[in-house]
Amino acid sequence: MQLMINGKPRSFDLARFSVKDLVRELNLEGKRLAIECNGEIVPRSQFPEVMLVEGDKLEIVGAVGGG
Amino acid sequence: MSKDIKVSDLLKIAGRSYGSRLLVGTGKYQDFAQTRAAIDASGAEIVTVAIRRTNIGQTAGEPSLLDFLPPDQFTYLPNTAGCYSAEDAVRTLRLARELLDGHKLVKLEVLGDPNTLYPNMIETIAAAKVLVKDGFDVMVYCSDDPIIAKQLEDIGCCAVMPLASLIGSGMGILNPWNLQIIIANAQIPVLVDAGVGTASDASIAMELGCQGVLMNTAIAAAGDPVLMAGAMKKAVEAGREAFLAGRMPKKLYSASPSSPTAGLIA
Repeated sequence: MQLMINGKPRSFDLARFSVKDLVRELNLEGKRLAIECNGEIVPRSQFPEVMLVEGDKLEIVGAVGGG
Repeated sequence: MSKDIKVSDLLKIAGRSYGSRLLVGTGKYQDFAQTRAAIDASGAEIVTVAIRRTNIGQTAGEPSLLDFLPPDQFTYLPNTAGCYSAEDAVRTLRLARELLDGHKLVKLEVLGDPNTLYPNMIETIAAAKVLVKDGFDVMVYCSDDPIIAKQLEDIGCCAVMPLASLIGSGMGILNPWNLQIIIANAQIPVLVDAGVGTASDASIAMELGCQGVLMNTAIAAAGDPVLMAGAMKKAVEAGREAFLAGRMPKKLYSASPSSPTAGLIA
C-alpha cells in the first residue's frame, strides 16, 4: 500500500493497517504528535480504529522551536 | 518592584494570570540547552512553539523541544508562523490543539509576503473568526492599524499583538503613536509582537501601556542570548513600573531646578 506522508510517497508491505500501526511502523511510538488524514484530524484515541487505505494523504506534526 | 505590587499586577489573558509580561519564542537558538537557559533567564511563562512536520526516520531517542520545556512548567503558545492563508492557519492550530491535548490558547499569524513577513490582515481576520467560533483563545499578531486591531477584538480575540516593526528586523518601535491609539481603544490586552531589537525597545513598549511584549530574535540572535534574556526581563519590568508610576510631563525647559533656590552663598 502506498501512502503520502508529509508530502512524500511511502510504500508499506502491510495490506490493511490502522493509524496506530502506522505510528509503530514509522518508529514514532511515544512521541508527542498529531495526525491529519486527508485533511481531517485523527484524534489520538482513535488511532487504533482508523484504518488507512491506498493513497491516503497524512500529515504528521510535532512542536518545534519557533517565534 | 515590591512583592505586593508584583503579586497584584498580573498579566491576565483568557482567564489566566501570569507573573511575567515577557513572552518568548523558542526558535533560532543554538540548541535546546541554550533555549532553556535563555527562557529561564527571561522569566517568561508563556513560550511560543511552531507546528511542523515530524522528521520521519529520526532516531527514536532523539530529544525534542518539549523535553527541555516540559508542558507542566510553561504555557505553550502554538503559532501559525509560515502560514500564508487562513485555511492553513486554522488547520495548523487544530493540529496544535490535538497535539497539546485540547490546549486552547494560540497565537494566530498569517503572513502576506515572504520577504518582509508583513502580516496579511484579510486572511488573519478570516482565520480569527473561524478559530474564535471553534473555541480557541486567540492571541493575534497584527499590523499596527487601530481599526484592524479593534475589529480583531470585536471578533472575540483574547489579545491583539501589533508589530513594533517587521519580524526579525530588530528595528524597534517605529510607530508609537499607532500603538498608543490601539492601547487606548482596546478592552483586551495589547502586546507588542515582533520588531523589538534591544532592551530599551521593550521598555518603550511597556511605557506606552502595552500589557506585554513577545519576542524571539532579539534574544536568540543576541551575541549572548542568555544575558540578553535577563536584560529583556528587566526592561519589561522597568517599563511596566514606569508606566504604572506615571512619567513626569515633558517640557522644553523648566525654571524649577531640583535643588533649592534659597540659601545660596552670596
